[in-house]
This record gives sequence, structure tokens and C-alpha cells, in this order.
Amino acid sequence: MGQQAEKTKKKVGKGHYKPIIKRSKYWPVVQLSKHRKEFIEEVVEESIKRIKQLRPSKKELLEELEVIHYREKMRIRGNPWRVDPPDDLAFWNDIKAKLLDISTNKENAVSVEDLLRLIITRYANEVAGNFKPNKYRFVRSMVKFGLRRLLNASRVGGIFAIFKSDYYLTDKIQLFGEMEHIRKLGKKGTLVMVPTHFSNLDSVLIGWIIHVLGLPPFIYGAGLNLFNIKIFAYFMNSVGAYKVDRRKKNLLYLETLKMYSHRALIKGAHSLFFPGGTRSRSGHVEKTLKRGLLGTTIEAQRSLLLDKGPQDRKIFIVPVVINYHFVLEAPTLINDYLRKTGQERFYKEQDEYSTSYRIVKFLLSFFTKNSNISVSLGRPLDIVGNYVNEKGESLDKNNNILQIADYFTTQGEITEDQQREEEYTRMLCDRIISEYKRINRVFASHLVAFVAFRYWRSKFPQLDLYNFLRLPEDDLNIPYHVFVEEFEKTRQKVITLKNQGKLDMAEHMFAEPDEIIRLGLDNLGQYHVNKPLFLQKDLILTKSLTTLYYYHNRMDGYEL
Amino acid sequence: MSSKASQKKKIGVIGAGSFGTAVANILAQKEEVILYARNVDLVEKINNTRWHKDAAIHPNITGTSDLSYIASQCEILFPVIPSSAFREVMKQLAPYLRPYHILIHGTKGLDISTADGNSTDSSKILTRDNVRTMSEVIRDESVVIRVGCLAGPNLARELTDHQPAATVIASHFNEVIELGQKYLRNDRFQVYGNSDLIGIELAGVLKNIIAIAAGALSGLGLGENAKGLLISRGMIETIYLGRALGGKTESFLGLAGVGDLVTTCNSSLSRNFTVGFRLAKGEPLEDIISSMDEVAEGVNTVKIVHKLARQYKVKALITQTLHRVLFEGMSVKDGLQYLMKYPLNVDIAFLKNLQ
Repeated sequence: MGQQAEKTKKKVGKGHYKPIIKRSKYWPVVQLSKHRKEFIEEVVEESIKRIKQLRPSKKELLEELEVIHYREKMRIRGNPWRVDPPDDLAFWNDIKAKLLDISTNKENAVSVEDLLRLIITRYANEVAGNFKPNKYRFVRSMVKFGLRRLLNASRVGGIFAIFKSDYYLTDKIQLFGEMEHIRKLGKKGTLVMVPTHFSNLDSVLIGWIIHVLGLPPFIYGAGLNLFNIKIFAYFMNSVGAYKVDRRKKNLLYLETLKMYSHRALIKGAHSLFFPGGTRSRSGHVEKTLKRGLLGTTIEAQRSLLLDKGPQDRKIFIVPVVINYHFVLEAPTLINDYLRKTGQERFYKEQDEYSTSYRIVKFLLSFFTKNSNISVSLGRPLDIVGNYVNEKGESLDKNNNILQIADYFTTQGEITEDQQREEEYTRMLCDRIISEYKRINRVFASHLVAFVAFRYWRSKFPQLDLYNFLRLPEDDLNIPYHVFVEEFEKTRQKVITLKNQGKLDMAEHMFAEPDEIIRLGLDNLGQYHVNKPLFLQKDLILTKSLTTLYYYHNRMDGYEL
Repeated sequence: MSSKASQKKKIGVIGAGSFGTAVANILAQKEEVILYARNVDLVEKINNTRWHKDAAIHPNITGTSDLSYIASQCEILFPVIPSSAFREVMKQLAPYLRPYHILIHGTKGLDISTADGNSTDSSKILTRDNVRTMSEVIRDESVVIRVGCLAGPNLARELTDHQPAATVIASHFNEVIELGQKYLRNDRFQVYGNSDLIGIELAGVLKNIIAIAAGALSGLGLGENAKGLLISRGMIETIYLGRALGGKTESFLGLAGVGDLVTTCNSSLSRNFTVGFRLAKGEPLEDIISSMDEVAEGVNTVKIVHKLARQYKVKALITQTLHRVLFEGMSVKDGLQYLMKYPLNVDIAFLKNLQ
């Protein structure tokens, strides 16, 4: 690690950035949880308004509620989780009874609106996070302390001397990009970080990055499934996470969830979305994004302009790309992907994070072995995808200053137009995806995977992808000198793209080809049971073509 | 910020050709209109004589040759300029445009922007990235996002004479369609909406190719059977090309597609039709172009689409044959012979893949 070319001036090093807001009582997320009750009420009322706009007649609304009741019952029966509240079934049985009362016109039947309020209130309480600054500090120091203990207990070696000083994590995790810029904007407006998503580790990692940057904690929507695991549940609850239950895809739930994000953004709570929705199954950098939560940034910006005028805090989007040599979940993710795309029968999916024990084991191997991570912070954007300067002003292509209010203005007036905002959301998605491509940092490991996979794939053009992936691994090899040649050709193309500003590249990619290849092979998926790529007696070999495919996909989509 | 709504906004039209003038006259029935022309003398003439392009200028229209003025006075602008000048005018206009502006263009042509300069002839390969529709040019050159286009059978002469007609406004934004309808619609002019902006633009662009061919058939003195054949085959070719370039099939079947195609292929008022007609009569292309008052977009479109078809492996028989006739010295007669002899036996195959 230390001796390798990854060392760089931009690295954070020991020193963290100073907190931009010293006293935690001024953190937006603290303000939010301090007034948690009022905030939830606000979310409920606004959600009801929205639902009534979407389903204006009583008949439509009742139909919607019937469907939701039915689906919730199905969920409780078919897919129960440990985190589900014990009164789930009782609650929905009660709703059923109330629905029946309404449809049979009973005298003491509740109004449809009250029923709506009942369900939405439940949803809003489910979604809402519960941030406690003391708990946050405690968890932060616990994580730090715990990891260090693990390190010391596991192995004593000269190489770990560097960890003796504070914040050894900064030697493992490197930050690139617009740190100062983002810090400045954090004081002027509301930040929305949108990272790529490859591993369950991402949320912990980003949480830590936010801390290093000296930013107050962000709120973010964490998959409720993570709360099934106690260690994650504790961590998430304490860092301002709100819960996203992917099983509940009904209108009421989704609108409540979006409204939660919308209102929190208006209140200035910095937020984190993984806009890909879930971890990238194929290993590709996100090519499509979920528009639901991203759309709330645009709605919130418009609300701010309408309610408070253009002088108020702006919302800034910060694309983030996380680069790993190694993704623990890679084999299951790619199998999942291949099974879903339909053509191959794979074994049942299992979650590596199913127990706390396995997580600790993973973290242990992760921090005791050499595997660098880099996090690239992109240039901040406004909510229609323009770059913004350090003052937070939006810029056009020629660096002229733009007024964000103008995007919501028709014939002299700022207006609310849902269809317009949907269109802006689509544009913002495209913009974020193109920023991902641009700030993605190519590692040696990505490139060896890409080159080897493409080489083998080109030898079997007559096979479709799925048949190709079923080839026995023993039949595949590349003579080392051939591989070096192919690798070098592709590396030159990567350098050209870097010079054109179309992607980014780790410093170690400028070393001698033999050295880069060795580094790549050593690091590529280094803890997988079946190594995706290795060198044996002048031959490049693989033990898992599907995992190799996963790592190859990261470089897919560039003109290489 | 934009200025307050209290001050009544005017509508702008950029380009005082026959179609631009016709559009301005329609808009002027409801609102104050500013009409931009580059030529100062022409503006003078419009403002003084109130007569231009064989038509009276509506009293609500004011001419100007100042782009900053029109952009500051109008939030809704209709650029109606030949495709060859479109990007240049947008570049000049861009500094005065803000994100609150709405642009609805009425230009049925394509723009070429290759990395090595701006020539269709010199670059062997054209890809979709190099070929831009006018809405894409607006997006490239300015900060305006809310963009739309006008397309459909809208022969300027007939519009000027207040004959009944309809048009399509296409945009990704409902508000653009609604505003366009609000200002253009009257009891002699119907306005439809469509969300497939690229498809509608392409429908208008590609039909010009078929219009030249229709003119050529007419110039050869051929009858209605031949025209029916051409329109039907031409529509299919248009759909294949249009889909390859990013449009939806449906868009080519509506008013801006079939509607415009049938109109242009039957009308001696159409410039593109006239080009084909005079070619068939034996006039050389250069003479025809230099004698025409306004641009026939189809000629340049053939050149561009011919290359695109090759690049995307779309069979475009009519376009290819026209290319030979226009630029490779083939006679109109031989071109027709070639088309008639070409072995084709499937009538329609694209509907299968519709959705």
C-alpha cells in the first residue's frame, strides 16, 4: 500500500477537515429530530394533500385503499421480516373492518380521509429516522475503536505501524475531487450526495467520508432489510437514516416516502440517495437511475423558490463514485444478475451480510489486508444539472451565471408543474450518469479484468454470453506476453480518454506495465474463494468467469 | 429573474421567410408579435409597407433586426430559419436567452456538426451524434430547455389565405404544447400535441426527400398510380430511417408524417416538389437552386440522410436513388428505372415490430 503508487498529494492524510458547523445543536439533522413529532405531522398532512390531488374522487381513493390493504396482507403473509412491527396484521385487519364500514355505509364509519390519515401516519412513523447526536458520537467512536482493536488483535506487523496514529482509515480510503468546494456549498445550501452503489459497505463508507469532510451528518434512505441485522440497525438508527421498505410499492407509501425527503430537504437536511436504487448487480457503473427520490430534490427546490423566494438556500447535487478493487458480494450479485436476465440457472441467492459475525469477519480481512478504496467527489450540480461555482451560483456552458428560478418560470411567474419536473428529473438522471462516467477512477484491477474477459470473449464469438459464461474455466488461458500487449493497448486508450476528460485514472496506472498488471492481479477480487484472475507459469488463468465478468463490466461503456 | 407578469408579453418570430411570416400573422390574431429579420432594409419595408411575401402584415406585428430586443420582449419565440443558418442565429441569440424562454421552431431540416468542421461533403461517415435536429441545436447552443417544434402540412400560401389547416406541436413539456396551442389555435387552424419531439422533427425533415421524388415523377408526366406507389414506399422508408435516428413509429403515421407527406407530394406550392419537378424537366440542380427565392431543405437532407442510412444500415432506396440523381449525374429517368426494377416484394413489415 504505502510503497505503491497510490500515494498522492490530494490525499486527506491524518487531518480531517474542520467541521463546518461546530455545535451539533445547529446541525439540520438535529433540528429535524428535535421537532420530530411536528415534522411527521407536516409530512402526513402534505402527503394527504398530494394523494387527494392524485386520486380526486372518493371512489378512486377507496379503490386504492382496498388494493393497498390487499397487498399489505399479502406481504405480511408472504414476506415477513424481523423488523416488522408485531401489530402489523392487527393494524391491517382494523383497516379492513373500517373499509367495510365505509362501503356498507355504517353509521359510525370513519371518513375516507381519516382512514387515509391513519395509514399515512403509520407509514410516516415507519419511515422517519430518529437521530440522536450523543448516539451518533458514540457510534462513531465505537466504530473507530472497534476497528482498531480488531486490527491489533488480529496481527502485529511492522506494516501496521502507520495505523498507530489517528484515523488510519484515511490511509485506506482516498478522497479525490471537489472537497473544499463541497464544504463551502454545505454552508450555503443543502447538499444531496448521490453515490454509485456496489457494496453494502457503501453506506458506512459514505457516512465516514461525510464526517471526514467536516459536514454535519446526512439523512439517508436505508433499505429496511438492513435493519434486520442488528449491527447495521444500531448504526443506521444513530446516523440519521430513514427507512425505505422496498416491499411496499403502493401509492400511499411511495408518496409518504417522497414527501419525507421533500420536506426534509426544504428544512435544509443534507441528504444521501443511492440513485441506482440497489447495489449494481452486474458490476456496471449505474446506467439508469430511480427517479422517485431524485425528483424530490427538484420539487423541494421549486417549493423553496415558491415559498421563500430565490434568495433562499439552494439544493446542490454531488455525484460520487466509489472505486473498489474488490466487492465482497460480487459473486452473488453477478449470479443474481445473470439469473434475472434469464438464461442461466444459478443457486439461490444468499446475503453475505446475513449475520453480524460475517460482517466483522469481512471488516477484519478488509482492514488487515491491502485493499485501497478511492472515493471521487464530482463537481456539484444544481437540480437541473448545471455546474455551480463556489458561491453556489449555477453556470451555463460558457460560465455565465444562471438563475435557478428561471427554470420554473413561465411568463413571468414561478409555477408548479409536475410534468415539467418529471422531465427535469429525467435530465438530471442523465446528467448524473454522465458525471459518474467522467469521474470514475480506473484501477489496475478493473483494467486487467476488462482486458482478460474481452480477450476470452472474442475467442468465442459464436457463443452467446450465457453459453460463454458456462465454459469450463480450465479451458481458458492467455499467454502472459500476449496479455501484456493487449493490456498496454487498452491502457493507452484509457490514457487518451483521461486526457480528453472522459474518465479518471489512478496514479498507479502510470507505472511500468508489468508492475501495473501485478498490482491489478494481486488486488482483483482478492478475497474471493475462486480468484477471478491470476498468473501461473506465464499463463493468465481464471477460476470464476462470472466474477471476472462482473469486474469487467465496470469498464464497459467507454470507447476502449 | 424575469420581469413581472403585469407587463403583457409579446410573442417573437425569428425569420421572415414565407413560413415565418405566415406564423407571425397567425399569432398576431391574438397577441402582439415581434418579427425578426436580419436584413435592416427588409425590416424597414415590413414596418412601412405592411406588405411582405405576397401577404398583408397584420397590424399587431412589429419588425425588428435586433435579437437582444426580441429576446427581452418575448418569452415565447418561434425560430423559423433555414437549417443552414439555424446554428449561427442561435449562437447570436443565445447570450440573450434565459431558462424561462420557450422556443418552438418551425424548421424542417438537419444540422451537421462534425469535429473537423462543418461540411457534409468532406466527412465520409456521419453518425447520429454529428447530425442534430433543430431542437438539439437549440439545446446545444443555449440554456433553453423548454423546446418544441411545429410540423405538419402547413403550406405558407394557404395559411396566409386563411384556408383551414392543422399543425402539430411536439415537445417533451406539456406546458410548451399548451402555450403553443393557446397562441396558435383559431377557428381556421387546429393544433395537435405530441410528446415525441425528435420523431415529429424527423417526420418533417424526411418527408422533404419524398417530396423531391414526387416532383420528379410529376415532371416526367407520370400519373396517380405512380404517385400512390411513391408515397406508400416513401412512408415506409421514412419510418425505417426515422426509427433509426430516434423517432417513434406512431409519429410518422400522424399529421406531421403521412399528413405532411401527402400534402407536399401533391403540391406545386412546395419548394422541394418544385426541385424534383424541374430536375425531371432537364434543368441542372445548380440552376434550380440559384433561381429559387428560398431554400429547399430536401436537397441537403438527401445528402445527409444518404450517409446516415449507410452508417446505420437502413435500406433507403428512394434516398439513395435521389442522391444519385442529384449529385452523381444519374438522370431522373434512369433513377426511376432503377427503382422499378429493384426486387422488392414485401409490402409492409414494420408494424410487426411496433411496440
